[in-house]
Amino acid sequence: MIINHPLLGPRDSQEFVYLGDAALIHRPDGMAEGALDKFIDYTYLRDNPAGVHRELWYHEQGDRSWLVVTRNTVSHEITAVDLARDVARTEGRSK
Amino acid sequence: MSRISGGQIDRSKTLRFSFDGVNYTGHPGDTLASALLANNVRLMGRSFKYHRPRGVISAGSEEPNAIVELRTGARQEPNTRATVIELFDGLQAQSQNRWPSLKFDAMAINDRLSPFFAAGFYYKTFMWPAAFWEKIYEPIIRRAAGLGSLSKQDDPDDYDKGFLHCDLLIIGAGPAGLSAALTAGRAGARVILADEDFRMGGRLNAETLDVGGAAGADWAMNVVLELSTMQNVRLMPRTTVLGAFDHGIYSAVERVSDHLATPLPGKPRQILWRIYTKRTILAAGATERPIAFENNDRPGIMLAGALRAYANRWGVAVGEKIAVFTNNDDGLRTVSDLKAKGLNVTLIDARKGDEVIDSAGRLGLKSITVRRGNGQTETLQVSALGVSGGWNPNLNIASNHRGRPIWDDQMCAFLPAPESIAGMTCVGAAAGAMSTHAALTTGATHAIAALAELGIAATADVPKAEDAPLNLTPAWYVHSGKGRAWVDQQNDVTVKDVKLAKQEGFVSVEHLKRYTTLGMATDQGKTGNVLGLAVMAELTGKTIPQTGTTIYRPPYTPVAMGALGGRARGHDFKPTRQTPSHKWATEQGAIFVEVGYWLRTQWLPRAGETTWRQSVDREVLQTRKSAGICDVTTLGKIDIQGTDAGLFLDRVYANTFGTLAVGKVRYGLMLREDGMVMDDGTTARMGQNEYVMTTTTANAVPVFRHLEYCRQVLWPDLDVQLISTTEAWAQYSVAGPNARKLLEKLVDQDISDAAFPYMACGNITVQGTRARLFRISFSGERAYEIAVPTRYGDAMIRGLIEAGREFDAVVYGTEALGVMRVEKGHVAGNELNGQSSALNMGLGKMVSRKKDSIGMVLSQREGMTAPNGYRLVGVKPVDPAQPLTAGAHFLAKGAEAVAANDGGWLTSVVYSPHLGHSIGLGYLKSGDSRKGERMRSVNLLAKTDVEVEIVSPHFFDPEGERLRG
Repeated sequence: MIINHPLLGPRDSQEFVYLGDAALIHRPDGMAEGALDKFIDYTYLRDNPAGVHRELWYHEQGDRSWLVVTRNTVSHEITAVDLARDVARTEGRSK
Repeated sequence: MSRISGGQIDRSKTLRFSFDGVNYTGHPGDTLASALLANNVRLMGRSFKYHRPRGVISAGSEEPNAIVELRTGARQEPNTRATVIELFDGLQAQSQNRWPSLKFDAMAINDRLSPFFAAGFYYKTFMWPAAFWEKIYEPIIRRAAGLGSLSKQDDPDDYDKGFLHCDLLIIGAGPAGLSAALTAGRAGARVILADEDFRMGGRLNAETLDVGGAAGADWAMNVVLELSTMQNVRLMPRTTVLGAFDHGIYSAVERVSDHLATPLPGKPRQILWRIYTKRTILAAGATERPIAFENNDRPGIMLAGALRAYANRWGVAVGEKIAVFTNNDDGLRTVSDLKAKGLNVTLIDARKGDEVIDSAGRLGLKSITVRRGNGQTETLQVSALGVSGGWNPNLNIASNHRGRPIWDDQMCAFLPAPESIAGMTCVGAAAGAMSTHAALTTGATHAIAALAELGIAATADVPKAEDAPLNLTPAWYVHSGKGRAWVDQQNDVTVKDVKLAKQEGFVSVEHLKRYTTLGMATDQGKTGNVLGLAVMAELTGKTIPQTGTTIYRPPYTPVAMGALGGRARGHDFKPTRQTPSHKWATEQGAIFVEVGYWLRTQWLPRAGETTWRQSVDREVLQTRKSAGICDVTTLGKIDIQGTDAGLFLDRVYANTFGTLAVGKVRYGLMLREDGMVMDDGTTARMGQNEYVMTTTTANAVPVFRHLEYCRQVLWPDLDVQLISTTEAWAQYSVAGPNARKLLEKLVDQDISDAAFPYMACGNITVQGTRARLFRISFSGERAYEIAVPTRYGDAMIRGLIEAGREFDAVVYGTEALGVMRVEKGHVAGNELNGQSSALNMGLGKMVSRKKDSIGMVLSQREGMTAPNGYRLVGVKPVDPAQPLTAGAHFLAKGAEAVAANDGGWLTSVVYSPHLGHSIGLGYLKSGDSRKGERMRSVNLLAKTDVEVEIVSPHFFDPEGERLRG
């Protein structure tokens, strides 16, 4: 596969390490009420869609960017690639 | 001689070769198959199951029968197809799957026993008793069946991998591919034209058809000449495109040296290419298919197009008297071409109701029995028969992404579905455009269309060529007699086998394939699959598309394992990382151990030491007595900087780091989010916003990845920057009571205990060179780790040795390091096994619950905190003379050695020279409350059973007095 890196352009997926569902961005607050249940969901429950999936990839053999790749798991078509940091910020993550 | 006039062979040169030890000659341009046929050799192999005599049936890579062992010695290669082996001087080939000889094969008895060997025979016969399978049935079957044999020697040749990029990849250099390449090449596009043949031109080389007023083969040669002058076109003959992968990536294997006796010096045998292309044109042509009839597998019976190809391209007449059995007009070309060569040819036209119903000739065709449309039968004395049941487009690669082929009633074949693969279009015969005109036209127009999508304007001037229809009437197999009619010749699947599969309910095409093994041989059913499907369709009363189709995975044709491995073999299978002291250690005769990619000194023997234990015991004793030096460069080093660096460390480490003072080091425990321990190490605060983290050697890369993940994905606004400096610093541990005195000779600063106490760190200089010093200890001794820029690593180890001479300092390796850490009860890789929590390791109190850190929450889960869980313990044998065995399991005394009684296991075992006996660390259920208990430690694999006592994991200096000095 070719991943169109937002900074570096099209790169072979062999340069990347795959992690999984980009929902991992939303790590619960460990000090909040009910954290245990939230962490169990966060750590162990994942959607596994046959279709469009947002997933985290790491450009390990490159610039060390974590990316959010929107990929169809059936056709492998990639429709969007963003820096995970930008996505995380947009989705409300900060410090 | 059966050479006739014409052909694209160089008769001015003669090549010598041998087959089964008999010497023959051929010419440049010949394949092994054409050269054998030219020498009247029709018998080339024995079939897989029945050991039937077989000859060549095709003139291309689809060949199921003429499979030989090529070359001798270490270069011997089994299962190569004689039809694609380019003849070279000195070629040696042997037939396969026969004993003692090709002409008399003892295993041909299988043919007489064929009623017992029908489809499903193995499944039914070798069922019972189960224990017989591995020891008795399988070896017998493997000896009787199977194909070539391996040399079992190391492959002496090199294989390379390479990467190519282009605008347009064209697969196949027949009329369609050449037309596409010429169009795109003239338009200035970057073109790769790949063809499996050594001579480009495809069927044009095998035909007598004209293109643009010239002979087709000459037109092809001129086009190739023009293309070869274009800088933007890469011609890749002898290159098979193996498959289509995602996003325009294709793999191809180029046979650089297979047409030579041995590769030229410095050249690889083959290259595996990874081709990145924007657009692709599949112009892979079509493969002719046979019509099945009784005994249709005799040497001399071949595909009509192949018969014609041998005559036209290679100047070989396969027989003097020839018959052609066809259901389409293409077969008529074989009749006319062979007649034009002065041969005697009889036509049997299935469309007129004429059929071949049987053949005769033990080792090669002698006669055929023909039933004419009027019901009369006659026997024809012929030595060659060409059969054509139509053509199947070579859509294999187009179905690599599971695109289902579409049935075409007119052509009676499957065509590739449009858009089967993004960016690929199919042209020419591969798309069912069977005439030369259609091939040239579709090649050009699809090239223009593909380039237009890339913004490249192209035009084409397509030369005139024939545009005759195929005029095909379906004919799959001849309904007559009770004998066997072959569908898949390589795997010996007959019409009867298909019938049996239907009778037993294996009707689905996937079941048919697996039950009969149809299409599962090395040819992947290129000639047989559609025929088998047609037989099943007829039996079930369905249409062929209703019955199904098979799609294809890569590779298109078999690939040598060596090509897939490339340079990654033996020592080069993975990279080797050497530490800065490697050269020095090599000079000293160090024994190295692989730790990931690294080579580390395992121990360093001195003269007179004959066993590893002597060296290791000495290294341990001398380190604890005076001083020892160890290269610890391999530990991961990560520089962490930024105003939020301390906060960041508090999040990624389970214990507290925010309170760490500048100039101090702390041990850190890193958890995964699921609460298990991920890694451990020390982190030093070098400045207000500057930290240096160390990781274990094994986890240097994963920890760095994890930290980047935390920094970018979880907390994107933290001001923290990371850089891996593992390879930037050479780092040595200096341990032992004299460690400080040793270092004082080298460093420029005051490192007295007052200035540089236990767990201090700082930037220092060594004779003016910048360095880092950490007062940390893994060995339990007063110890320092000193880091200098890597380029000074060799000088540093030599300086340390020199400075240590007066203390009789030793260099210790990973074994001694292991002994000392077990003596101190420190966890390492064996305990950090990814399934253990801080609590398991006796480090539960380190997990701070006053702050949120990765893994903190889930480390408190019910199951993780159960009081009867595993806890780290020390273990010693009750009888000091008895050694312990790592991996042994703890059992209560008197308990049976079964899993239900398992109490835990010994993770690490060493011999402690101080205590004079084996000691170990282990995980024991409720181990923290069982000190003093006596148990058995049992290893059923090593057959050891030792009575042990559970003790504290701190065997040596439990109060840590030696650390502080």
